Amino acid sequence: MSDVEDIQDPLSIAEKWKDEGRDVAIATVVQTWGSAPRPVGSHLVIDGEGNFEGSVSGGCVEGAVISEALDVIGAGKPKMLEFGVADETAWRVGLSCGGKISVYVERLV
Amino acid sequence: MDFQLLQKLNAERAARRAVIHVTGVDDDDEQLVLEQDQISGELGEAVVKAFNSGKSSMVEIAGRKTFLNVYLPPARIVVIGAVHISQALAPMAKLAGFDVRVIDPRGAFATEARFADVDLVAEWPDEALETSPLDAYTALAALTHDPKIDDFPLQAAIDAQCFYIGALGSRKTHASRVARLVEAGKSEAEIGRISAPIGLDIGAASPSEIAVAILADIIQALRKRKAVAQ
Repeated sequence: MSDVEDIQDPLSIAEKWKDEGRDVAIATVVQTWGSAPRPVGSHLVIDGEGNFEGSVSGGCVEGAVISEALDVIGAGKPKMLEFGVADETAWRVGLSCGGKISVYVERLV
Repeated sequence: MDFQLLQKLNAERAARRAVIHVTGVDDDDEQLVLEQDQISGELGEAVVKAFNSGKSSMVEIAGRKTFLNVYLPPARIVVIGAVHISQALAPMAKLAGFDVRVIDPRGAFATEARFADVDLVAEWPDEALETSPLDAYTALAALTHDPKIDDFPLQAAIDAQCFYIGALGSRKTHASRVARLVEAGKSEAEIGRISAPIGLDIGAASPSEIAVAILADIIQALRKRKAVAQ
């Protein structure tokens, strides 16, 4: 139950980064099926250099979300990402808990 | 997400107001909805439901996939009285994930030595609550037995619709408290919201046991009646 002023709060960090002139993307868990490590609504924020704060899983798919976020920052168009055991990328990045999540990645403009 | 919208969202969260960020994920349009906003149609129904449940979710609005991200203020507990029970309640509540503030104007009670690492305010409740007001995502526990200290915050908690209001004291103490609240213009239903004697009935005897009973009472109110952010 973190205070919104908390240094770890992803959306406060996104605001601060943008104020500093950095490019920022916000990734949000928008749907989960089965067992998922982070609830719907959780955020991961990423800057143009690949720095990140927050989480959308227990560390399982953050790497993939960060590289997609860099694409989104470059192209400006939001993306919907899906991760899970049924996903064709499961052998590469996936959720070991067996769940499935959708992550929406958008640029802060 | 639009930067000005993010600034507004962060400002609403910092002010402890509930807010929903609505995103049409297929065409990347978005808006912020505050609790007092009157919105008609399918979206209106969906946001009312989301405010009540506190749950973020993907919904279909007019055939379009729409994500509602609900931001509710984190739950906190305001304790009136830096008494023995509060010394146990404050760390327990913190462990359970609540923000805790203890208010007591009596300098002899409100000392750093008795409340290390606790947000302690040595002011009268009316002053302390003016700086940081009660709200619907706050529980109030009045523990001094002293009407001069407890009565004002109890009335303020009723007005602010705190999700939990509890007051320590025997049935006799509470009966005279009820009479004073009626005198102050509070309705029977409003006064009935006060948990008194405070705490779940688990036969608690020591100050620490009473703290457990109070904390359990607060958690029950939080989880069974009103949603608050995790």
